[in-house]
Amino acid sequence: MSPSRRDFIKGVAAGGLAAGVARAGANKRFDGYPGRYGLLHDSTLCVGCRSCEFACNEVNDLPPPTAPIGDQKIFDKPRGPTDKRYTVVNRYREAQGNKPAVYRKHQCMHCNEPCCASVCFVNAFTKTPEGPVLYDPNVCVGCRYCVFACPYYALAYEYDDPATPRVVRCTMCYPLIKKGRNPACADACPTGAVLFGKRKELIKVARERIRKHPERYVDYVFGEHDYAGTSWLTLVGLPLEQVGLPAELPYEPLPNLTTHFLSLAPIVAAIFPGLLAGFYAFSKRREAVSEQKHRTQLDGERARALAELEQKLLEAARLAERDKQRAVARAQRLAPPAEKKEDS
Amino acid sequence: MNAPAENRGELFTPFNIITGLILIFGGAIVVLRFAHGLSYATNLTQTTTWGLWTGFKLVFVALAASGYALTTAVYIFGMHEYHPLVRPAVLSGFMGYTLFILILIFDLGRAWRIYYPFLVRPGVTSALFEIALCVALYYTTQFVELTPVGFEWLGWKRWRKAVIGVTVGLTVFGLFLSMLHQSTLGALFLAVPGKLHPLWYSPYIPLHFFISSAVGGISMVILVGLISKRVWGHKMEITRKKLDQLTIGLGKGSAIALAIYFAVKIVDISIANKWHYLGTGWGLWYLVEVLGFVLLPCVLFAHGHREKLPRLIRFTALLTVLGVILNRLNVSVVAYNWKFTIEQRYFPYWMEYVVVVFLITLGVVIFRWVAQRMPVLYDHPDYKGSH
Repeated sequence: MSPSRRDFIKGVAAGGLAAGVARAGANKRFDGYPGRYGLLHDSTLCVGCRSCEFACNEVNDLPPPTAPIGDQKIFDKPRGPTDKRYTVVNRYREAQGNKPAVYRKHQCMHCNEPCCASVCFVNAFTKTPEGPVLYDPNVCVGCRYCVFACPYYALAYEYDDPATPRVVRCTMCYPLIKKGRNPACADACPTGAVLFGKRKELIKVARERIRKHPERYVDYVFGEHDYAGTSWLTLVGLPLEQVGLPAELPYEPLPNLTTHFLSLAPIVAAIFPGLLAGFYAFSKRREAVSEQKHRTQLDGERARALAELEQKLLEAARLAERDKQRAVARAQRLAPPAEKKEDS
Repeated sequence: MNAPAENRGELFTPFNIITGLILIFGGAIVVLRFAHGLSYATNLTQTTTWGLWTGFKLVFVALAASGYALTTAVYIFGMHEYHPLVRPAVLSGFMGYTLFILILIFDLGRAWRIYYPFLVRPGVTSALFEIALCVALYYTTQFVELTPVGFEWLGWKRWRKAVIGVTVGLTVFGLFLSMLHQSTLGALFLAVPGKLHPLWYSPYIPLHFFISSAVGGISMVILVGLISKRVWGHKMEITRKKLDQLTIGLGKGSAIALAIYFAVKIVDISIANKWHYLGTGWGLWYLVEVLGFVLLPCVLFAHGHREKLPRLIRFTALLTVLGVILNRLNVSVVAYNWKFTIEQRYFPYWMEYVVVVFLITLGVVIFRWVAQRMPVLYDHPDYKGSH
């Protein structure tokens, strides 16, 4: 058997079992790879210079952003990541009096339990031990379920490419991290609004900032626990909804919502053939019983008719016998007496 | 359209001209889509990556439930009186899956890798993987279920006998696969609780999808039966009166299925306490779907069955099919990204509509081609009453 075929069969078997096994094994908690990296985005420090956008485009071989640094018009409409820009800075409140404008950088959050990875039917996504979620264009079929499912609108697709379209997004500068360097946006940020480090340490930094300046921050580190947490951690000065982030997300990983249902499939597979065979046997039996009933009825009638016939025959035979007896008796009475004497 | 048999061999009938034009025009757009990429033919955005085509994938599969609905009724539950409608139902189901696969190919970024989930790297945690596997197997099953039609046409008696012998096995396998993938199509949306409007999002959405597929499937049987009788009346052995009786019976089945579906909807709104959403604009749209296209047809089917009104049941079947289409489009397109402003929203490009019309036309043309030649609507004289 060729390896690919064996893998296929293994895969299919796993398809039935994976979900169930995963649940059975979920007795222990997995908090993610220890020592993984993260980025802390303190949005209260962001001044909307978009240096990160320029650095990001450069390191990812994308054309530089069309609007120059300092162009305020670009903030009139909120923007999202596309196949031409993996990160964007949006303005959520204009400056009013002594209140500064509010900006926030957005990009792939590199989830601890990435939904994009769980919904992919060719396993194109990998959560690396370092933290980044990587994508493999060599197996992607282009169904775009990952783009559809991402709760942060962080993935983009190359709709213009007819031959080799890819899903594209922030890679957390995985190649740079591997070389021991910082992600490009963290290096480019002039105000320290983007910090790179171990995720665990960054959470402590974030908590410390909130403790020191409660007036400056909402008491929440976005990405610490939302849908089991993300690599990017965000500090905000306004309620989450006002800076374009989903509020009140559960702790439970997003993929679990689907896994629970899919784990039913093997059980259905186990029960179904027998159950339907039962229904089939039941309907067959009902048919057989009704036919049997019909036949019994017929048989009864036939037996009754036969019995009646027999009765009639017996009666006829009895009558014939009686007639015979009578005829014999009559014949004896009429016979000449002379012969009787001869006999004696 | 009234006398296709007489027109056989004659190429330029009004039907052929109109469908021919649609097929040429739609085919050209499909070619351009592959030449220039998805952005050429669609309005898909980075935030709405599944559009009208994905909506119609769901529609085609839901309405293709006619096959499993009728084979189960006849072969498993022994409702033999519906036997004359089995082949039209399975054929229309098969066409539904054919259209599904075609629109999937048009919509996939790299359709030529369509076998990757099976042979290259299976992503078994994905609902889409289960759907891909089930659809591939079920499409094959339906094809096998239909082969006796071809074998009778070709006169291959031994082959036909072999397939007829495993009818019940095929039916059981088909129902099992249908139950899985019809519900798993709903499970696709379990992953987007924040993006799909709460009135349409439900942890039980797989169940909603399965029940509504049964509803759509039975209604399609009613419509396919009617249209076949209209178009090929002389070919269909079943009398008008008998067809009316079956229609009334199917109406009863639909009424029961719709009643269950409506009950599931009410329970869903109640247990998650979503009543307050009904007062919003989205709530109004939801009520249009659930009252106008679920409760109303349920009542009409029940009335039609009770009073023996086949015409009403046929009209209601059309209403129900439209309701299933509305539901699938609401879930996948309309109520998705419901928090978006009108500016951010996706509206299909005209070419997306043309491709959908193109595919439906293609389905009708293929159904017609097969039904005119092969013993779909009548028993083959050699095998009368033998299956």
